[in-house]
Amino acid sequence: MGKERVAVVGIGQTKHEATRGDVSVAGLLREAAGRALADAEMTWSDVDAVVIGKAPDFFEGVMMPELFLADALGCTGKPMFRVHTAGSVGGSTAIVASQLISAGIHERVLTVAFEKQSESEAMWALSLPIPFTPPLHAGAGGYFAPHVRSYIRRSKAPDHIGMLVALKDRQNGLKNPYAHLHEPDITFDSIKESMMLWDPIRYAETCPSSDGACALVLGSEKVADEAAAQGRQPAWIQGTAMRSEPTLSAERDTVLPLGGALCAADVYKQAGITNPRKDVDAVEMYVPFSWFEPMWLENLGFAEPGEGWKMTEAGATALDGDLPVNMSGGVLCTNPIGASGMLRFGEAAMQVRGTAGDHQVDSVRKAVGHAYGGGSQFFAMWVVGKDKP
Amino acid sequence: MPEIQLPASLQDVEAVRSVRTPARLDYTFTPGDATSRFLAGITQKKIIGQQANPDSRVYVPARGADPELGAATPIEVEVAQVGTVTSFCVVNLQFYGSGMEIPYTSALILLDGADLSIMHLIQEIPADQVRIGMRVEAVWRDDADIEPTLESIKWFRPTGEPDDVNVRIPGEIRGTGLGSWVGGVAPTELTVRNPRTGEGGTAEFGGEG
Repeated sequence: MGKERVAVVGIGQTKHEATRGDVSVAGLLREAAGRALADAEMTWSDVDAVVIGKAPDFFEGVMMPELFLADALGCTGKPMFRVHTAGSVGGSTAIVASQLISAGIHERVLTVAFEKQSESEAMWALSLPIPFTPPLHAGAGGYFAPHVRSYIRRSKAPDHIGMLVALKDRQNGLKNPYAHLHEPDITFDSIKESMMLWDPIRYAETCPSSDGACALVLGSEKVADEAAAQGRQPAWIQGTAMRSEPTLSAERDTVLPLGGALCAADVYKQAGITNPRKDVDAVEMYVPFSWFEPMWLENLGFAEPGEGWKMTEAGATALDGDLPVNMSGGVLCTNPIGASGMLRFGEAAMQVRGTAGDHQVDSVRKAVGHAYGGGSQFFAMWVVGKDKP
Repeated sequence: MPEIQLPASLQDVEAVRSVRTPARLDYTFTPGDATSRFLAGITQKKIIGQQANPDSRVYVPARGADPELGAATPIEVEVAQVGTVTSFCVVNLQFYGSGMEIPYTSALILLDGADLSIMHLIQEIPADQVRIGMRVEAVWRDDADIEPTLESIKWFRPTGEPDDVNVRIPGEIRGTGLGSWVGGVAPTELTVRNPRTGEGGTAEFGGEG
């Protein structure tokens, strides 16, 4: 964190769907950005700079799309910055945007992130044959399934934990009008009976492929104070952190990656959090496959190693639990990959601002947004709160 | 918008919403020094690991650098063609571009003498009998078909030895101390042993060397 205080003063997202055939990529971004600006009671001309992120360009097959999107985002003649950190990019992008204000360079920054999976083939893009190696890759699920299996073996977690997470997140998603998946008829049994795609990961324990975008308007202390004076609660950024680690390092722990834990420790320290389980009121974490909830509960300090699944099983992470996790329905309900991290950061901010609607948790003072990407090698987190840091 | 008159032949045709246009890119890939040396070993039916110094970790297949040390890996060490399954995935999903017949089992295999698991196919055993700790061996193509590719190993199959129930899964030892909180204590950079000097670090490390 730099010297100047920063807050989230506007949040917008699209209706996420499998195919948003009614809009182009530019139109998708305009929908999210327009809503964020309206929420901040600003117009395009109020924005000093735009920071944009998305997952790898070969998903949609358009290289450096930020160049053609500059006009649509109203930043002709303004600074524009592109961020790349694979699946964690939505989080990293918001952090980079916040730094432009904390460093004293800008007052109002619009940050946006997106993916239009209907115009791409992510499963293929994540399974490109690597020369001289057997073509065994089967998307993100194929990559992460062995990590999940290692977690289950190490923690001795019972098989139903993954299904409980999927059920909870899909039920939370029913309360979120923007969520892609709305499955009112989902049950524990329907999840259990769904196809085993990448054993031990079932179809119903897997995120969907979504079209969608998320946008945030970040403001300086002066901008945020003005919003507060008009009755619009800012979400004050109390800490931000990013970490990365090499995927092909011997002795790297893929279940509880060191980089993820150090990222959390750093951001908590900035935000004055000494006991994460007690001090944090709500968490949006990046859970694309259901078993990542207990894994990240341990990696982020909410549970001791091997104990995260017990929180899930006891209902602690439910909307009415003592540490609600993925109130929005999370990545398991909505996965426009590049935007998925920013949706986590945005939901944390909505909870603090009290604008989360039917999935609002009572009296949230501090919330955590988390994103990870690549082969569990990129991590981005922020802590937002009702109080000025 | 001006009125557009479609010819009669198009008037009842459903509007086109999207067009799928598969693209193809042919390219020459140069594997670089480290991979070339590894693949040269493969043509001799040898699996050659690389390490930065005689005491550091053995990388298979090597990318030319030890990421922990930030050092080149000039030393070549032949590793065994048998190893232990450290984790695996049974893939039941057919998808665009995949040439594999489903279901198939891709496993992370820690070859004896190596410090990093490779991903390869497991065959000659039903998918639901594959397990962590299972001992497996490489099955090569016929000699005439050996090429400089890891695909020259067709797959791995069980050796029939007893399972290595204590298989040292890379990273797992760290998991109890570094990538998480233990006793409510947050990890810090100080809990990490400096791999260059071997100093520092408060977490227990096993299986060193």
